[in-house]
Amino acid sequence: MIIQIIVVIIVLSLLGFFIRNTVNNLEALGAEVGYGFLFNPSNYDINQHLIEYSSRSTHLRATMVGLINTGLVAVVGIVLATLIGFVAGVLRLSSNFLVNRLAYIFVEFTRNVPVLLWILLWHGVLIHSLPHPRQAITIYDVTFLANRGFYVPKPLLDPLFWLVAIAAVVAIIGAVIFSKYAKRKQELTGEQLPVIWINSALIVFVPLLVFWLTGTPATLEMPVFEGFNFKGGIVLSPEFIALTLALAVYTGAFIAEIVRAGILSVSHGQTEAAYALGVKPSWTMRLVILPQALRVVVPPMISQYLNLTKNSSLAIAVGYMDVVATIGGISLNQTGRALECMSIVLLIYLCLSLSISAFMNFYNKRISLVER
Amino acid sequence: MQVGKYQLFVATIFVGMETQLNNEVKIMRLTKYLSIVVAVLALGVSGVSSAGMLDDIKARGHLQCGINTGLTGFAFTDDAGNWQGFDVALCQAVAAAVFGDASAVKYTNLTGKTRFPSLNAGEVDMLSRNTTWTYSRDVDLKMTFLGVNYYDGQGFIVPAALGVTSATQLDGASVCIQTGTTTELNLADFFRGNNMNYEPVPIETNEEARNSYLAGRCDVYTTDRSGLAATRASLDNPQDHVVLPEIISKEPLGPVVRHGDDEWADIVRWTLNVIIIAEEKGITSENVAAMAAEVQKDAELNRMFGTEGEYGAMLGLSADWVVNVISAVGNYGEIFEKYLGVNTDIGLERGVNALWTDGGLIYSPPYR
Repeated sequence: MIIQIIVVIIVLSLLGFFIRNTVNNLEALGAEVGYGFLFNPSNYDINQHLIEYSSRSTHLRATMVGLINTGLVAVVGIVLATLIGFVAGVLRLSSNFLVNRLAYIFVEFTRNVPVLLWILLWHGVLIHSLPHPRQAITIYDVTFLANRGFYVPKPLLDPLFWLVAIAAVVAIIGAVIFSKYAKRKQELTGEQLPVIWINSALIVFVPLLVFWLTGTPATLEMPVFEGFNFKGGIVLSPEFIALTLALAVYTGAFIAEIVRAGILSVSHGQTEAAYALGVKPSWTMRLVILPQALRVVVPPMISQYLNLTKNSSLAIAVGYMDVVATIGGISLNQTGRALECMSIVLLIYLCLSLSISAFMNFYNKRISLVER
Repeated sequence: MQVGKYQLFVATIFVGMETQLNNEVKIMRLTKYLSIVVAVLALGVSGVSSAGMLDDIKARGHLQCGINTGLTGFAFTDDAGNWQGFDVALCQAVAAAVFGDASAVKYTNLTGKTRFPSLNAGEVDMLSRNTTWTYSRDVDLKMTFLGVNYYDGQGFIVPAALGVTSATQLDGASVCIQTGTTTELNLADFFRGNNMNYEPVPIETNEEARNSYLAGRCDVYTTDRSGLAATRASLDNPQDHVVLPEIISKEPLGPVVRHGDDEWADIVRWTLNVIIIAEEKGITSENVAAMAAEVQKDAELNRMFGTEGEYGAMLGLSADWVVNVISAVGNYGEIFEKYLGVNTDIGLERGVNALWTDGGLIYSPPYR
């Protein structure tokens, strides 16, 4: 106990010493620590901005743009990584020799190379192997693939479109109510309703019907090649694709091993017991194995999600404008305020990581064994 | 404040680590950001001590000079692995002025991001790293700019096949930019001023930018014109690429020291100045020893050679410091021709970097 207190005191005083010295020395140099620069125009452009942004916007706005770009990579990457991880993890346990060896090779090749190299490799392959936009690979002149990005049509929504959105929300609520009803009916009578089919139909066809009834209140803006580049449509830049894919595949390989460990942790007796009761194999997986496996899988998954999010800071290697490249890169350079910019980046990553952690811990609690 | 050395030690570890990483494959970029933070955190007493930097450097026995991580002509390694170049020559000149030995220099390779924190933290004594002299760097970042050794400006290079003859035809183009410089700002201003759109493609190093440009990721590459010339010279078919006539910014490059030690600033400033005066007066690395041996009619020459007055002592240097400088690195014209001139790979004309007597901008106050 005493040792712990002493350690805490030493750590805190070291920290205080560094901070005090920094501030003192900066003041002695005449450069005060201050965040006022955040409200000055940033004077640089960012290629991918999901919110309104121009070179006249403030550094704060540039930080927001970077934060959103980081968030986009993190979210898309986490979803993809989870999918890849689950598929590869299950395939790794396949009884088919070829399939499980291929999954094994994928996992070992992917996770044993530094992720930065994967990012650079994906980017290099994309920009060197794909054609110039002038000779873009096209699918029915609707989507285009070139070394400057993947261009898809952009939906332009008319005001009436909100009716469709409302219909979609109503359909989803209806689906939830129906599945609750079906569950209760099964518990009372044992009768099973085709919940998946009915709910899918509900969610797909109700909004479609409303969309048609209101007179298709949306048009598509097609990407058109003009001058140097495609204009219009939505573009996924090669930097975004390379970064997201590299992170997703890399992290997916780790997740595959976690999933495999989780499934293996459930004793085979459970499967046999379920089979003995006449439960279908697919149900056995869904209702018996996975719920127990998840308890093992979720805690290490938190670290993987955190890793993916933090690894996204390697974006600068391919010039994807994430939070490190904006406030921690160009803003830092334009203003020279290294300490301030880096402290902002640090704080942002801390907040991102803590929120992911908090959410996953909440989920972990939900699925953990409830002791009565 | 006895702990300055400890802080400097921490900063040295981290900045040193980063330097090594730069030379290898750029693994673990995060370490770099960490190192910046630590370098700044460790802005040691050493960084602020204003009295007697010259004495500190003399006691240490070598000059610590911050240079580029690699830029053809300005800072590059020769076959033997020694740093050479237009910017490096100035480090050598200052070492010759202080120690009479041009090789008494330890180089630290700094990126666009790390240069100012490293200088402020006392990691290097001076920067000679194609750094643009701007208001905010001078005033807000507390840097002391000591003159201009190269007048540059930002330009564009495009493939000749594109048929573009002016930068004003670049509306809608994808532009590769090397980040960590003043170029992003100039580019944004230029395109906004001309009501044009563009897709910025930021890239970390000159080498990667070149590759992306060649792969067709962008239509045009922009950086300082000297850098463009260097890049063009390194391409397989230089004639397939044209540098557009527009110069969209002023980029006066020169040596930098931190605020606080005017005596040290004077030494670096006047080292640059005497190199320029030497060209004006026809003093070269070959003839300097012979000229210094006899009394010249031109009194300014005698003052420079230390045969008249106490000019070296005023700076705390030896009486013959100018002779040491010129015999070590040569005059401005010699340095220019050796590393950048028409007979080198870059093949730059003197242009605005000619002496004022030849219609250029290179000018030094008199040595008296």
